[in-house]
Amino acid sequence: MTVNLSKGQGISLQKADGGTLTAVRMGLGWQAAPRRGLFGTRTKEIDLDASAVLFADKQPVDVAFFQQLVSKDGSVRHTGDNLVGGAGQGGDDESILVDLQRVPVHVNQIVFTVNSFTGQTFAEVRNAFCRLVDETTGQELARYTLDGGGPYTAQIMAKVHRAGNGWQMTAIGTPANGRTFQDLLAEIQAVL
Amino acid sequence: MTAELVRGQNHPLPGTRLEIRVSAGHPVVAGATLGDADGRVTDAQWVAHPASPRLPGLEVSGQAAAEHRLAVDLDAVPEAAHRLAVVLALPSVASAPARFGAIASPFLAVTDTDGTEIASYTVTGLDAESAVVALELYRRQGAWKVRAVGQGYAGGLAAMLHDQGLPDAAELAAGIEEAVARGMARAVQAPLVQATSARGEGARAESVRAESGQDEAARGGTARAEAARAEFAHAEHARVESGQAEPARVEPAQVEPAPGDGGAGAADEPGRDDAAGAGAVPESAATQDRAAVGAQAAPASSGPIDYRHPRRRSGPQAPAADPEQPSSAPREPAPAPAPASTPAPASTPAAPADGPGASGPVAGDATGWSMDERLYNQVWGMFEDLTRTVAAYRSAVDFAESRLERELDQVLSDPATRVGPAADTAREEARARHAELVDQARAVLDRDLAQLVAEAEVVEHALPPAYARWDSPVWQGYQVPLSAPMALRLGDLHLPERPGLRIPMLVRLPLERGLWIDAGRAGGPDAGMPDSAELRRLAVDCAVAHAVRLLAVHPVGDYTLHVIDPAGAAGPALAPLLESGALKEPPPTGAHGVSDVLARLTRRVDLVQMAVRNRALDSLPPDLDTGEQLLIVNDFPHGFDDRAVTQLRYLADEGPSVGVHLLMVADRDDARAYGPVLDPLWRSLLRVTPVPDDHLADPWVGHAWTYEPSRVPAGSDVVRQVLRQVGQSRRAYGI
Repeated sequence: MTVNLSKGQGISLQKADGGTLTAVRMGLGWQAAPRRGLFGTRTKEIDLDASAVLFADKQPVDVAFFQQLVSKDGSVRHTGDNLVGGAGQGGDDESILVDLQRVPVHVNQIVFTVNSFTGQTFAEVRNAFCRLVDETTGQELARYTLDGGGPYTAQIMAKVHRAGNGWQMTAIGTPANGRTFQDLLAEIQAVL
Repeated sequence: MTAELVRGQNHPLPGTRLEIRVSAGHPVVAGATLGDADGRVTDAQWVAHPASPRLPGLEVSGQAAAEHRLAVDLDAVPEAAHRLAVVLALPSVASAPARFGAIASPFLAVTDTDGTEIASYTVTGLDAESAVVALELYRRQGAWKVRAVGQGYAGGLAAMLHDQGLPDAAELAAGIEEAVARGMARAVQAPLVQATSARGEGARAESVRAESGQDEAARGGTARAEAARAEFAHAEHARVESGQAEPARVEPAQVEPAPGDGGAGAADEPGRDDAAGAGAVPESAATQDRAAVGAQAAPASSGPIDYRHPRRRSGPQAPAADPEQPSSAPREPAPAPAPASTPAPASTPAAPADGPGASGPVAGDATGWSMDERLYNQVWGMFEDLTRTVAAYRSAVDFAESRLERELDQVLSDPATRVGPAADTAREEARARHAELVDQARAVLDRDLAQLVAEAEVVEHALPPAYARWDSPVWQGYQVPLSAPMALRLGDLHLPERPGLRIPMLVRLPLERGLWIDAGRAGGPDAGMPDSAELRRLAVDCAVAHAVRLLAVHPVGDYTLHVIDPAGAAGPALAPLLESGALKEPPPTGAHGVSDVLARLTRRVDLVQMAVRNRALDSLPPDLDTGEQLLIVNDFPHGFDDRAVTQLRYLADEGPSVGVHLLMVADRDDARAYGPVLDPLWRSLLRVTPVPDDHLADPWVGHAWTYEPSRVPAGSDVVRQVLRQVGQSRRAYGI
């Protein structure tokens, strides 16, 4: 059953039967806002990029993004860069797979971000969402819609962090500005 | 649950009293050898064979037969023996086939004493071999395990025994063959034995011997001289014939009047045959209820005889019996006699619960169109997994250290708490947190490494010659291949976290870059490093070993060697190449020789490039060899003038795309006079070393890996043997 998260809301990633999740997928989908008039089909795609930054305490130690699709330890895999977004049908345009069992012991938070690489603000993006899926069953655990557009080029979406023996996901939804995740590190520190 | 082993796979043994059943479609000789910790058979007394069938804890049949049963008591095996190899050979008599490829794939099953199958293995993929090491039982941390080996030897028993290190292998092999031939001559006339009664002492070997005693009596006590050893085999052979002649299920009735579990166990031998022939039998079924079978078998020894097949009883309810592995039974068809060329299916037999996962690692457990490709991908998968798990560990340790430093600094920076018990406590706590995190990281690393070590062990044994170490027995069964492999092993890679875990370093063929074997002193003067002359010798030996491997893994005539050795310094190392004809003539000496070889290869590269560009490959001159060429350059830049250096650089740049490859043995310091202009040449070559050196980086994280070349073991003549084979094939093809 999907939980529609609102900003700041957290859910525990325990399975209903008490087992812990072993692999989750963060999916990101978006659609460019329609243009009108002549030459409306001229290429003006929006390239959003999803990234996952691994933190040990508050120190970034590893990352998966379009230039390094797999984190060094192999626990987080980006399935590939999508430069244009989708048709808005709700499918994931970029996915990041997290093998929770393989996350190094010192990493206690994984922060997911979205950046507009081509510089358009989220005002020009429609139907953007991010969702967390249990990769072993394909079941959607949580969905978070990037509503409210606004003049931002980046957003810190959510974090998955250790809680007790398991993991928990918290929706963040803090807007920011930046081309890649590096530009967001200062803002991320505030939400860790 | 029965583990159907694939080549290279191992499986733990639950007990030490075992029986090994062998079924082949044709009479074969079964024997066993005991090896020491290094796997070497040091003495002919450690070989159980028809002429001397008994060893402590083990007895083999005295004769060739289509079915064998070896009773093994591992507790009685000498302490010094670490390996027990079960070997099969074809009898060398005119009536017998000369190669395993001509008979059905031998099937072996390891069972415990009540007949419950523990592991089975079908030796597929044999062709011209006439002897094969089928299984190996070996000690591992105080317990015994079984491994499917399946290593064939075209040279027969003698080659196999020699490979196991036996000094007088040829004599012993001749003796065995003679004893077998004698036995066979007799056995052909042996009457069909219908065992009418046998004393039920329990042990099956005993009851078999009892039958054979009768057999002996029936034949009027002929050949009594060898009675003790021949009996066992005669009875067995005779029973086999009866088993073949009649429907298998009938036999238990003939043999089984003996009450006791010995009889009950005997019943399942033909049954297993039947099972293998029938195809998919729910193997898991019977063994699931091992306890149940045991419970049923036990009363049978005192009550009326149960003629039902002990392993069929629980058949009908089998699929439900294993809720945890609902799909394993249907997924695993019994091994049909597969065609020789097909690799054993990469099955995932459910291993016993001694490992972390439900199933043990299996060789070829990766994607790919062929076994070659699957193994290649698996090795690279292991390489990446090891890289990443070590990256995670190092990252955690680095973090723990930086955190410790930070926390200690904090304690120091506060004047109020800098000294005194509170500070000590804080320091202690910081150190404890550091130790805890490092321990956690180490535990995760050890878990991952254990899995990779297990996988590496399985994979290493399954590697074909192109990927195998020189000491792998696969080289003993070497035959010139019909197609080139995907990749070549240049050596091993390992990381300091676990030096024992060696990842084969496989590079794709054809080589995209030339190889440079660095004869120079890499890490400066070091006490452990051999001196300069020794290093050069090692480098040349390495180059020859790489060249032989390249030559051996390509089809006949597809690979040609050229050597530039102006000073003749590589003479001794090149001798085996010359002897075998792989190298037609000694490398020309002097500057003239250098320019001659370079001019020929330059012309070839130029012509082939032109032909490729103009799509006119058929207009190449007829004398042009279109196969791959390997140019070995020793002692660079000795004997090179500027023009020759330019030609060499041309070959290094343009050659690989048209099949001309470079293998340089050089010390960069020797070419110092050229200044930086040769730097691009060195960079374009893949540098490897003749001694272990940590200069290679993986493509994912960039750890420094220690490279170690594939060395030919000291005293081994495997290279000469391989070259002899290559030479013979070349002559056969008139090359």
